[in-house]
Amino acid sequence: MIASPKKKPLNYKQWALMKLLIYVVVIIIVILTGVFLDKENIVTNLTDRNAPPSLDHLFGTDWLGRDMFTRTVIGLTLSIGVGLIGAVGSAFIALFLGMTAATMGKWADRLISWLIDLFLSVPHLVTLILIAFTLGGGFKGIVVGVTLTHWPSLARVIRAEVMQIRSAEFVQVSQRLGKPGWWIAVQHILPHIIPQFLIGFMLLFPHVILHEAAVTFIGLGLSPHEPAIGIILSESMKYLSSGMWWLAFFPGLCLLIIVRMFDQIGENLRLLTEATGNRH
Amino acid sequence: MQLDANNIGFHYENGPWLFRGVDLSIEPGEVVGITGPSGRGKTTFCRILASYETAIEGTVTFNNMPLSRKGYHPVQMVLQHPEKAINGRWRIQKILNEGYRPDEELLELLGIEKEWLTRWPHELSGGELQRVCVARALGPNTRFLIADEMTTMLDAITQAQIWHAVTEIAQKREMGIIVVSHESKLVQRLCDRVIEL
Repeated sequence: MIASPKKKPLNYKQWALMKLLIYVVVIIIVILTGVFLDKENIVTNLTDRNAPPSLDHLFGTDWLGRDMFTRTVIGLTLSIGVGLIGAVGSAFIALFLGMTAATMGKWADRLISWLIDLFLSVPHLVTLILIAFTLGGGFKGIVVGVTLTHWPSLARVIRAEVMQIRSAEFVQVSQRLGKPGWWIAVQHILPHIIPQFLIGFMLLFPHVILHEAAVTFIGLGLSPHEPAIGIILSESMKYLSSGMWWLAFFPGLCLLIIVRMFDQIGENLRLLTEATGNRH
Repeated sequence: MQLDANNIGFHYENGPWLFRGVDLSIEPGEVVGITGPSGRGKTTFCRILASYETAIEGTVTFNNMPLSRKGYHPVQMVLQHPEKAINGRWRIQKILNEGYRPDEELLELLGIEKEWLTRWPHELSGGELQRVCVARALGPNTRFLIADEMTTMLDAITQAQIWHAVTEIAQKREMGIIVVSHESKLVQRLCDRVIEL
C-alpha cells in the first residue's frame, strides 16, 4: 500500500475488517474470563446477599449472595458453547442436504425441498421445544434440538448456489474431461460454497444462542444448577417485583450484546467476502 | 476413427425444432467449417457432437460406436468465453492440468508462459485464458476438436497464433477440427470443406 501524506478515512472493507477483529477479540476475552474466573464467587454467601451493583460486585449479588458478574460471564460462556455446537451441527447438516439436493437428481431434490419447507413452515421455537422435550431436556436435549432446527434456511441458500454452479460451463467442461461427479463436487463446487457456508454459520450463532436461552428460560433446557443465561433470567423474574432490577438487567443486556456481536461478525464477514477482486 | 452425426434433430423444451435431419461425417485430420446466421443452432449442434447435450432424434457415433458421456470424451470443445469455461477459484496450473499434463512443447507452441501458472484467472487477459483453455482441450485422447467461435473475441495476432498452433498439432496427431465462425475469411483459409446450417 502507498503511504499518503494525509490520513485517509478507511474504506468500507477496512472498516469491516476492523469491526470484525474487535468483536472477535471481545468474544475471546469473554470466553477466557468465563473459563478462568474464580468459581468461589458463585458459592452461596449469605452475608452478602441482595447487594446492589457496587465495585465489589459489578452486577450485584442475588438472594443467595452469589456474585452476578461471575454468574453472567459463566452463563455467557456456556451459551456460546451451546451456540458453537448447535451452529456447527446445523451448518454441516445444511451443507450436506444442500449439496445432495442439488447434485443427486430430481427425487433427492424433491425430498429435501419438502423437508426444508416442512421445517420452515413451523416456527423454530416450536420444533425446538418439541425435540428438547422428547429428549428429556438438559444439555443433550437442547443441543440436539438446536442442531436439528436451524439448518433449513442455510440449506436452501446452499442448494440454490450449487445449482447455479453445477450448470456453469467449467463444470460441463470438467465432465467432458472425464471427471467423476464427486470430484467435481469437491474440487469445483465446494470452493464456491465456502464463503456462503461460513457466513451462514456465523449468522446461525445468534439464533442458536437466543433460542437456547429462550428454551432454558421456560425450563426445558439446561438444568437449574447451571448458571445459564436463561436460568438466571427466569430465576430473577421472581425477585424483579421486589426491586432487585440488577438480577435481570445485566445478564439480559450482556446476552443482547453478545448476540449482536455475533450477528455483526457475520455481517462484516459478508461485506469482506462479497464484491470484486476477492478471490484469494 | 471417424465421427458421424446421423439425422440429428433438436429442440429445447416445448420449443419448435431448432434443426432436423442434419448429417455430418468427419475423417481424422479433416478441417470442417460450419457457418450460418446467428440462432440457427450451430452451437447447439456442436454441443450435441461433444455430448454436452443429447439429441432428441438421431445419433452421434465415433468409430461406429455410440459415445459415452462418462470418461474422457474424444470430442473436445473450446468455447467462446474462456472466463466462463474456467473455475475462477483455481490457479492456472490446476486448470491446465485438469484433464492431463500438457508437455512443455505444447505450452510453448501456444505461447503459454511459465509465470502464468501460479496466477489466478482474473490476473490473465481473455486471450491468455483462451490459450489455457485450448491447451486443456488438446489431451492425448482428443480425436476431434470443436472450436466454437474460439477466437472471435481476440485480436488478429493472438487469433493467428492460436490457429497456427492448433492446426500444427492437428496435422501431427491426425486430429479432426470443426470450426464454427462468422468470419468467412478465417473459415475459407482453414477449412477443407464448409457446411451451411
